[in-house]
Amino acid sequence: MNPAFRSPSEPSSPARHWTRVCGLEDILPESGAAAWVDGHEVAVFRVRDAVYAIGNLDPASGANVIARGIVGDLGGEIVVASPMYKQHFSLITGRCLEDPALSVPAYLARVMDGEIWIRGKAVPRRRSAHKRRLVVIGNGMIAARTLEDLLEFEPQRHDITVFGGEPQGSYNRVLLSPLLAGDRPLAEVVTHPPDWYSRRRITLQADDPIEHIDRTRRRVRSRSGLEVAYDRLLIATGSQPIVLGIPGTSLDGVISFRDLRDVESMMTAARTQRRAIVIGGGLLGLEAAHGLRRRGMSVTVVHIEKHLMERQLDEPAAGLLRTEFEQRGIEFAMPAEAAQILGKTRVTGVRLADGRELAGDLVVMAVGVRPNIELARAAGLHCDRGVLVDDTLLTNDPSIYAVGECVQHRGRTFGLVAPLFDQARICAAYLAERAVRGFRPQPVSASLKVGGIDLFSAGDCAPAPGTESLVLRDAARGVYRRLLLHRDRVRGAVLYGDTSGGRWYVELIEKGESVASLRNELLFGAPEKRAAGGS
Amino acid sequence: MTAAETRTTCPYCGVGCGILAKVEDGAVRVRGDPLHPANRGALCSKGSALGETVGLEGRLLRPRVLGEEVGWDAALDVVARRFRRAIDEHGPDSVAFYVSGQLLTEDYYVANKLMKGFIGSANIDTNSRLCMASAVAAHKRAFGEDLVPTSYEDLDLADLIVLVGSNTAWCHPVIYRRILEAKERRPSLRLVVIDPRRTPTCDLADLHLPLRAGTDVLLFNGLLSWLANHGAADREFLDRHTRNGARTLLVADNTAGEVGAAARGCGLDAGALRLFYRWFTHTERVVTLFSQGVNQSGAGTDKANSIINVHLLTGRIGRAGMGPFSMTGQPNAMGGREVGGLANSLAAHMELENAEHRRLVREFWKSPRMAERPGLKAVELFEAVHRGRIKALWIMATNPVVSLPNADRAREALRRCEFVAVSDVVAQTDTAALAHVLLPAAAWGEKDGTVTNSDRHISRQRCFLPAAGEAKPDWWIICRVAERMGFSHGFGYRGPAEIFDEHVRLSAEGNGSSRAFDVGGLAALGEPAYARLEPVQWPVPAAGRRGTQRLFAGGRFYHPDGRARLVPTIPRAPRFALDDEYPLILNTGRIRDQWHTMTRTGRSPSLSSHFPEPFVDMHRADARHFGVVGGALVRVVTRWGRMTARLRISGEIARGALFAPIHWSDSTSSSARVGALVSPSVDPLSGEPEFKATPARIEPCVVNWYGFALARGPLALEGLSYWACAESGAFRRYEIAGRRVPGHWPGWARSLLRAGRQADWIDYEDAHAGTYRAAALRDGRLESCLFVGPGPDLPSRSWPASLFDRTSLTADERLGLLASRPSAPDAGPLVCACFGVGRYSIESAIAEGAGDLQSIGRRLKAGTNCGSCLPEIRRIIAEPIATEP
Repeated sequence: MNPAFRSPSEPSSPARHWTRVCGLEDILPESGAAAWVDGHEVAVFRVRDAVYAIGNLDPASGANVIARGIVGDLGGEIVVASPMYKQHFSLITGRCLEDPALSVPAYLARVMDGEIWIRGKAVPRRRSAHKRRLVVIGNGMIAARTLEDLLEFEPQRHDITVFGGEPQGSYNRVLLSPLLAGDRPLAEVVTHPPDWYSRRRITLQADDPIEHIDRTRRRVRSRSGLEVAYDRLLIATGSQPIVLGIPGTSLDGVISFRDLRDVESMMTAARTQRRAIVIGGGLLGLEAAHGLRRRGMSVTVVHIEKHLMERQLDEPAAGLLRTEFEQRGIEFAMPAEAAQILGKTRVTGVRLADGRELAGDLVVMAVGVRPNIELARAAGLHCDRGVLVDDTLLTNDPSIYAVGECVQHRGRTFGLVAPLFDQARICAAYLAERAVRGFRPQPVSASLKVGGIDLFSAGDCAPAPGTESLVLRDAARGVYRRLLLHRDRVRGAVLYGDTSGGRWYVELIEKGESVASLRNELLFGAPEKRAAGGS
Repeated sequence: MTAAETRTTCPYCGVGCGILAKVEDGAVRVRGDPLHPANRGALCSKGSALGETVGLEGRLLRPRVLGEEVGWDAALDVVARRFRRAIDEHGPDSVAFYVSGQLLTEDYYVANKLMKGFIGSANIDTNSRLCMASAVAAHKRAFGEDLVPTSYEDLDLADLIVLVGSNTAWCHPVIYRRILEAKERRPSLRLVVIDPRRTPTCDLADLHLPLRAGTDVLLFNGLLSWLANHGAADREFLDRHTRNGARTLLVADNTAGEVGAAARGCGLDAGALRLFYRWFTHTERVVTLFSQGVNQSGAGTDKANSIINVHLLTGRIGRAGMGPFSMTGQPNAMGGREVGGLANSLAAHMELENAEHRRLVREFWKSPRMAERPGLKAVELFEAVHRGRIKALWIMATNPVVSLPNADRAREALRRCEFVAVSDVVAQTDTAALAHVLLPAAAWGEKDGTVTNSDRHISRQRCFLPAAGEAKPDWWIICRVAERMGFSHGFGYRGPAEIFDEHVRLSAEGNGSSRAFDVGGLAALGEPAYARLEPVQWPVPAAGRRGTQRLFAGGRFYHPDGRARLVPTIPRAPRFALDDEYPLILNTGRIRDQWHTMTRTGRSPSLSSHFPEPFVDMHRADARHFGVVGGALVRVVTRWGRMTARLRISGEIARGALFAPIHWSDSTSSSARVGALVSPSVDPLSGEPEFKATPARIEPCVVNWYGFALARGPLALEGLSYWACAESGAFRRYEIAGRRVPGHWPGWARSLLRAGRQADWIDYEDAHAGTYRAAALRDGRLESCLFVGPGPDLPSRSWPASLFDRTSLTADERLGLLASRPSAPDAGPLVCACFGVGRYSIESAIAEGAGDLQSIGRRLKAGTNCGSCLPEIRRIIAEPIATEP
């Protein structure tokens, strides 16, 4: 059974209040059934092998029909659509997504020995008991997202304090590139200004990072000396840009591309300086190069690999990308390794390992990030490259959860945003004791946030033994599409110039079903009904 | 602008349809001539597409000597000098003409006159030898002269029509349609098809007898015996007008007197055979129409005589709605026979062996040197060329390297020959490739003269186009060579009218009703009357000046005693028997939309899409047994040669047999010249080769990939294991396959499609599965595309083909092109060539409720022009409705 059900108030075996309803197999997957539990009509749903129970009475129509609704997924939340007026009810909380006033009660449901059990007492919406103290370390976008989700599940239960290293509220780091390029205003980038916290009675300690965790006493201490006790601790320290171990990285005009401060520095530099050198030809480096070019600087990208974005792209796609950037006036030195950043106080250029020197008055290092784990490691939490978490986002300390770029889950660390939002939601559900499934990283997809370039990458794109690839090339249209298959299953996709079908490929990667029968049509986009057969 | 229509005739099969042709907006438009008695306005798919075949592309426009273009004088001098020298050094029999049923009667006449009356040899033979020489020999044996007694009108009047060895629906579609119309008018009309194959002709037959190949004589001997034993013999007719009846019956009784045994011998159900015999016995008006299935056999003459025998026994000849009816394959096979253009004839139905005839012709021609004995027949002729006995050979309007049996030997013979001249309309044929001198002949539409069709109608072919380049009429070329050879008199004609007049006068010369071929009534027409000449059925004797619909009306035949002969025919098997190494019997023939070696029909897009590549057809169970798969490539091997083609399992072929079409040459496919496989055995009397019974085996042709390409320009075909090319208008369609898997598909494909590095190139590659697709564009316009896969199941060709009409492709179309995913419904494989209707369109119409031919015709027009696709549409209607797989 799902390990999610470990609520302290839950009995260890079916006992009082729990009613056996039927066998799991009695309910078809992705459908519901109505049950009579302790004098209430309860709608029981089976979604794959998990079960959910919410009230069967549709508040909008007054009819007992919820069990007959269609089960689906709306923005990552498992919901049922009322068969009457089609409102969506969360299967986890019973909340009506369209109108919270119409929410239905939620019940605990579980499967044991192939039988479905329901606890007859609806999960209370509010608890009067003492609030649980939740401390969040980090105020990045994943931390804020986790809080948002948690408040949706349990608006009142926690007493929350957030410590952040940056001076403002939370902002969407993904939008830094459009901000730099001038495609988005600052107002759209900041998602959680300070009043967002105050209105929710969350204590925000901005610009005051935690320096110490005392797990024994369950307390944390901030740089300013503030000590706060916790019942639950959420580590969301994110990652930090890697700084190359070469001379000159501390010179003026050498920056990373990580936070708002970096963007501000770049925007300032673009007004006063002429030439920028970006070290790193990955996603972030290219976005930085594009942004700086758009702000009028001449830009050279130094990249150590033979082709750009080698983690997401294969060589031909990277070649098209390079051509496109070159047409926009960005120069490349690659493969080339930066050996030294030149300058006395302020940067004047970069010397490459082959001896060449590039002149420049701004150097942006975008050579990757590493999880920020010093704090967790110092607290004695198990760490490898990141803070180790299980499928519930719990660390080896049962009071401490971790989410975001600082974690390592089943051997993987995370840099792209989609799986992190998933982590946030699942972690919030566990914190709210509403969780029903563990975290399973979905295939990652990435797209380059550079105007006029359609680039999409999903899954594993590096050719490996046993991988087969399907390639479509249309140089004149600047189109390159590649799918990687392994044993007739889609493993990865690189789409350049024409990203249609991207979502479909992500689905196929997720499903992991054989695509042998549509192999020859895969790359041309999602199938439509054909008019007549082939010859 | 509209021009007046010119009345002319179709240059294809022996039906001899009248055509109204005109040039409109630079294009040639044709329609059936409603006043012509042969077709009364109808045309088949080939005839309807004539306009697509008259373009100048590929035409031979100027004389060439050893590949160099020269003037006419130079070319004619070379031909005349080489022939003169060979004759002077080695005698008249060291030279030969190999001519064609495509020639007009006037061309034929002067060729025959030059060879037999001036050079003094009878070494002039024709590709008609491959077509109906057996019918000629049988007619001579039975009637004393080469005479087809019947008329097309007899098909309208008959109560029973027996089609023997004829896929009339495909090879003579207008006749087939005429039969169907008669059957619609009079449902009591019965149609029996005797053919080893269940051809589309069988679809509307009341009875199909799928006899074992080569057992026709047994079947008709059985019929003869049955008729005699069931009181159907016309004793009075036999006694007054025939000889040899008793002897012939004795042979028939002895060989096939017992129906059960005859049925077993023919591989037929005895009940079905009896039913046919009974129908024949009780039907007075019966026409037995026979064609190449009878003629092209080592026993072809006997087969034809066994058919004629039953008509003589019952007296069903020379009267309305009855008689044996030989359908010729070529437009002017009959005309060739009339002028004597066969090595064993003289002229105007006179015989070489007959001293009186020789004298008569010599005096008429004022001949300096007459041939004294028969010349070499086609197969012997090329054997003599191979042995070096023929020093100079002139081939006119035919492609023997493709069409002769044992054709590889024929090709070798031409290679060895000291001097080969070829007159043709097309520059590149497998035969022209071996010529020393190429002479550009005027093509259909550019030349003037007469032709004779299967039912003795002499019709005018008229010119409505200017000659292409320096092309000249064949008669002109022959006469100029004759003059240069020193024959100053006898060839100074001013035009075809004068030649025709001489031919007509010769037919009447010393005739006195001793020869049926007498067209003296057409003498002294003069230019204007010749120009206006209406179709007329010979004989046209001077007295009366009227045509003759039916011969032998008074029971008068043309043996000296005026009686017909029944000919005892003893069944005999093909000369080469099947054995363990060659266990299958290879049959050959035509397909619906192609003519001979495709030098003309192959240029029509609509005609080329019915069967765009060579195939071999066989029974499903045999395919399993021999380990070959339908749709895949196979190799057919005989003792004489081999070919590679696509395996088709149509359900038309009986077990133990193979069928391959005759049309593909080295110009259109890598290795599909069926002629190369055919045994050189010939009928001992007619010299006609056995095209339909060569022992063969079949084996898989192992290739590692299959593909097709559509391209505006020619492909670089070197290194392919298989290719076949079909014209499709704006582009050519290539079916290809290979053993060697290219290491780098894109590079290989670029060189195949001749696309440079700068080409706008789209491609799709699934290297692991062996799938590669590519397209080259120029300025947004599709230039070529290529689809390769590991097996023969490739995407539909019709969708990418449809994109060749666009001046530029949209982004969606560029993507859809390689997806081969049509935006509009795919019409599917072509069924109706006249209106370009595909199979899927017909299926959808059926699914939408069109349940019969009429409603499909109303909806899609399919089958409403020539009607030759009607059997196929009928089959589609009869099929169970396909469900999604």
